[in-house]
Amino acid sequence: MTAIVEHSEFSLPGVRCAACIAKIEQGLAHVPGVRSARVNLTAKRIAIDHDAGLDVPALRSALDALGFAAEPVIAQSGDLAHRRESRQLLKGLGVAGFASMNIMLLSVSVWSGADGATRQLFHWLSAMIAMPTVAYAGQPFFRSAWSALRHGRTNMDVPISIGVLLATALSLFETITGGAHAYFDGAVSLIFFLLAGRYLDSAMRDRARDGAGALMRAMAPGGMVLLPDGRAEWRSAEDIAPGMALLVSAGERFAADGRVEEGSSAIDRSLISGESRPEPVDAGSAVIAGSLNLTGPVTVRVTATGRDTTIAGMARLMEAAGQGRSRYVRIADRAARYYAPAVHTLAAASFVGWMIAGAGWHASLLIAVAVLIVTCPCALGLAVPVAQVVASGALMRRGLLVKDGSALERLAEADRVCFDKTGTLTLGRPEVVSIEALNPAECSAALALARASNHPLSRSLARTLAENGSRAADAKDIREIAGKGVEGHVGGRLARLGRPEWVGTAAAADDMLCCAFLIDGGAPRLLRFADRLRPDAEEAVARIARLGMEPVILSGDRREAVAAIAGQVHAPAMVGMTPDQKVETINRLTRAGHHVLMVGDGLNDGPALAAGHVSIAPSSASDVGQNAADIVFLGDSLLPVPIAVVAARRTMRIVRQNFALAIGYNILAVPLALLGMVTPLIAAIAMSTSSIIVVANALRLARCTR
Amino acid sequence: MSGIGLLIPIALLLGLSGLAAFMWSLSTGQFDDLEGAGERILINDDPEVQERR
Repeated sequence: MTAIVEHSEFSLPGVRCAACIAKIEQGLAHVPGVRSARVNLTAKRIAIDHDAGLDVPALRSALDALGFAAEPVIAQSGDLAHRRESRQLLKGLGVAGFASMNIMLLSVSVWSGADGATRQLFHWLSAMIAMPTVAYAGQPFFRSAWSALRHGRTNMDVPISIGVLLATALSLFETITGGAHAYFDGAVSLIFFLLAGRYLDSAMRDRARDGAGALMRAMAPGGMVLLPDGRAEWRSAEDIAPGMALLVSAGERFAADGRVEEGSSAIDRSLISGESRPEPVDAGSAVIAGSLNLTGPVTVRVTATGRDTTIAGMARLMEAAGQGRSRYVRIADRAARYYAPAVHTLAAASFVGWMIAGAGWHASLLIAVAVLIVTCPCALGLAVPVAQVVASGALMRRGLLVKDGSALERLAEADRVCFDKTGTLTLGRPEVVSIEALNPAECSAALALARASNHPLSRSLARTLAENGSRAADAKDIREIAGKGVEGHVGGRLARLGRPEWVGTAAAADDMLCCAFLIDGGAPRLLRFADRLRPDAEEAVARIARLGMEPVILSGDRREAVAAIAGQVHAPAMVGMTPDQKVETINRLTRAGHHVLMVGDGLNDGPALAAGHVSIAPSSASDVGQNAADIVFLGDSLLPVPIAVVAARRTMRIVRQNFALAIGYNILAVPLALLGMVTPLIAAIAMSTSSIIVVANALRLARCTR
Repeated sequence: MSGIGLLIPIALLLGLSGLAAFMWSLSTGQFDDLEGAGERILINDDPEVQERR
């Protein structure tokens, strides 16, 4: 067999530590056909090189067998382009750092009195280092400035480019004519500091983009298609067409919308409806792409694929809702809008002024360049990204992932909070509440049955029983009956766990999540499940209210289900809302001049999360929810939400201070520059001091989550 | 002066080699997974030793 090596990538949300990496990489090494596997812990991904004979489902089940849920990642061209951009900036940063260090060393020798031939030599050396550096590392600024000028606009990169190019050209002229001062150090270290800010900013945005395309990932990448000749073949989602028959086994996601033809099962539609209760399906029921088939294999006749599916419609709704946010102007851009023209005017004025005063074009130009360099926005360029990176680092240690730096700016402005109920205020997973109904013997029998099933209620029951110290009984002939439950023989007696009617008892109230358990000869036991409030939810909502943000609950659930929760957290609630209505409510608040923070999970909250001024999702949320949200918090507690609000407000305070410091420092140096008293030494000191002060000030944010 | 003539090229060469090392490590993906690199030192990569335990 000629083995062609193929490359596949999977996202592995469960990877946490060295032990996970070792388990996965060493485990996959034993899978025949796998050439190499490498886990990327930062991106929570794995890259596998494998023989062509090994397909995506096989790799996925191999990862599953190792205990890690994996989703195939389809590489996106946009993703790669941005990553390349970050890498380009980092390369430029390396070059500029090397050059500025060496030129600075040479310059210090000149300042401290090197003269004559030595100074000439040093200037020439500086020129030789600086020219290629400017040409290479300055590109991001030149390109951005050029595109702005071509469209008749100006931005922060225009004065930077002019300053760097003029300074380099003049210094070269000085060097050739044997002049006393060269500005190479200024030009190069200007590029270095600015690239540092630019890189931090881009690294922040990369992290935001890692979640992109999650919606498409939520739709299965493909499925087993039943061919007319009776064979089954794995096809990727785009090759599936309406009319095909799809074989979907338990634990697999539907790759397309369709109608069940054969078999019965329960499906988890929580991705679409936010409802955690599994829904029984059998022949004739409609199923939606992205929902999870829980208990039994079914054959589905495909009705809609790709962009026609319900989930794709939801994605369009989300995109439309996100439009409003993309119009948001970042604080640095707003500052640049005023700063750039002011700097140009000042430099031009000083040139004209000195010409009129009769200083000659050479001296006048030198002073104008000095003004451009001294007023250089390098501290300004660092002010925002440094503060945001430090703050998001501190938040990360508290279990909050900030996906986009501008999220902190927007969060600081928020004055209203909308909460989703299921999965946000509550845990979103059923927890058994009446375990005391079982005696110890029943507990161990129930554990044995519950462990055998993948049904959410079984999993929850098994977890609770195991936590309470039950040991699984020795059960034989365990089998799962799709849509009904699990049965098996414990100690020679038949035991059943499943739907109350099937076990032989009546369900209490039909809106309760419940299942029943029975050992032959014993009394049937009804087990109730409930979706519990998140720990600290009351405290978190109260704290948010104290921060001056009015909380409100937007829920798709029925009134009775929401009322209890609303009472517990002391917040008004709006019930029975569709995704569109949630978006409309948020838009109404926005039109009334409020900035809304949306806290939610689930695909049904996706559009609302995108519509909010800023949004937070729990890590238990669906991929889509996490993707639509700006901030994701880990763990069960709801306290990270008020912590994030406080941290965001502190960050904005620091950013404003940074602007004041950067501009203030430059204002001190500008008069000196205008008077023509700025030597390269003063320019270098002014520039680096203001940058260092700004960075030091931002470092105070390391404790912003206390 | 002869000292400078010797030392400056040496300093520049050392700096350049550092820069080259940085570029090389960047292009071979050594900065792609900073968290993972820190964790990997904890992996016991001798399978025999692991099995014996």
